[in-house]
Amino acid sequence: MNDIEMRFDLGLSGFRLDVDLTLPGKGVSAIFGHSGSGKTTLLRCVAGLESPDAGQLTVNGESWFDSAAGINLATHRRPLGYVFQEASLFPHLSVRDNMLFGWKRIPPERRQIEFDQVAELLGIEPLLDRAPARLSGGERQRVAIARALLTSPSLLLMDEPLSALDGRSKNEILPFLERLHDELAIPVLYISHSPDEVMRLADHLVLLDKGQASASGPMVELATRLDLTLARGESAAAIIDAQVESHDDHYHLSYLRFAGGRLTVSRHDYPVDHPVRVILHARDISLTLEPPGRTSILNVFKGTVIDYIAEPPARTLVRVDCNGAILLARVTWKSAEELALKAGREVFAQVKSVALMGGGVGANG
Amino acid sequence: MDYTPVWLTLKLASITTLVLLVIGAPIAWWLARTRCWCKQPISALVALPLVLPPTVLGFYLLLALGANGPLGKLSMELTGEPLAFTFTGLVIGSVIYSMPFVIQPLQNAFEAIGDRPLEVAATLRASRWDTFFSVVLPLARPGLLTGATLGFAHTVGEFGVILMIGGNIPGETKVLSVAIYDHVEMLEYDQANILAGGMLVFAFLVLLIMHLLNKRLQKVGQ
Repeated sequence: MNDIEMRFDLGLSGFRLDVDLTLPGKGVSAIFGHSGSGKTTLLRCVAGLESPDAGQLTVNGESWFDSAAGINLATHRRPLGYVFQEASLFPHLSVRDNMLFGWKRIPPERRQIEFDQVAELLGIEPLLDRAPARLSGGERQRVAIARALLTSPSLLLMDEPLSALDGRSKNEILPFLERLHDELAIPVLYISHSPDEVMRLADHLVLLDKGQASASGPMVELATRLDLTLARGESAAAIIDAQVESHDDHYHLSYLRFAGGRLTVSRHDYPVDHPVRVILHARDISLTLEPPGRTSILNVFKGTVIDYIAEPPARTLVRVDCNGAILLARVTWKSAEELALKAGREVFAQVKSVALMGGGVGANG
Repeated sequence: MDYTPVWLTLKLASITTLVLLVIGAPIAWWLARTRCWCKQPISALVALPLVLPPTVLGFYLLLALGANGPLGKLSMELTGEPLAFTFTGLVIGSVIYSMPFVIQPLQNAFEAIGDRPLEVAATLRASRWDTFFSVVLPLARPGLLTGATLGFAHTVGEFGVILMIGGNIPGETKVLSVAIYDHVEMLEYDQANILAGGMLVFAFLVLLIMHLLNKRLQKVGQ
């Protein structure tokens, strides 16, 4: 019962959305695909802004749409929050009144998220009395997210909330989204065409292609599947869910525990045992056959090659199993031949830099 | 100097504007949102008073409101009086005559809002009615203001239709424009001048205030 089941069949002129998905009822599920793949249409179907020709939608046991049973809840009756690509704040209302618009319209006993809590979480307190016209793009989008959260939704829909923003505003909002993920137990459907965003935020991933879901599964697994688009891009990476083991104040480092061993990263402030997500980009990992001798690289993990895929003309993408944790390494075709890489071969993966999700705690080596 | 026509005119224009806003807003909203084939014919119907000579409109209104007309008969049965040559008749005539001046600015304002604010409101739990009052009307404020002003001013300046269906009954149907005409007929240019001059100043002030308010509203909306 604790999940989101959707089956939509919707024909628009020259396009057909045809999906059948079961998504976890908690955490962030990213819907990833190129523009025109039907991401927004899918989200609009969930919100009831679009009516599928056939299908059904059940959110944590509640039926929102069922063409066979004749159920089609109007959008304003679905307990959801929707963050559009553009903030779409009401220009005639102040920031505060924008935020209270939905809050006022839900019964008091359903209000689980407090105004002050959200204003603090998204850093909006200094903006409350301003008109939307007086906000920057990033501020507007934060208000839009706060406004959606204040309806205490049982499902939060976000349609590329960062795509209309410049790089700086993006980096201003991402930490808020991560806090949201950590602090509020609301399932989120998050649309994106940015691999970096998806890797930072998603727990579950749906790949959408021409109106059909080509894959759906845990983010950590799908990121390293060589047959899927994520591993094909420049930002191909393995996602490692780790825990803080200890901090080293002398060298200003922190140690993380994961299946493949111990990761050393720059000192950060997460408490011991706190879960952290680490992104290891394929381009930052090199392979050797012998354990490296004296090297400046701190993160070296022993593993076995699972498989690889050629990336013509010059490169090869290799999948390595480090005691259950899967890493991706992008090496030259020449190196792959010289190391005679093949399935089962024992290798050492040298990680040149580690991106820690959250604090942007970066490289070491 | 008899100022009754002035008050009568203001009363007529105020009531007409109020009636037009109440019935015009839903019509304009429907015209702005509908995809029905009948949108164009109904738009044309609403716009008819723009192009018809007032006497033509007045003539048909006279037929409809008179003792033998459909509306007149209905009124005879309900109140014992026909509608032609009464203040109520003038209100009905003015509402029809000034309708495009209220509906068209409203419709433009509604269309300019687009779908997005309505969708946002729906995702924030607002029903259609709720959205209309809490989002659509506030966002259409400049259009409401323009519509109300034009409707009011146009009713104040009405002459042909009133002459046809209202005649010239002091205190009942003798409005400003008719009074001016009367004074001129009787060569009372002084009185005509006072009324006409007052109307000129009034019209100018109305338009000025409308422009200033619109400018302020637009600033708020940005």
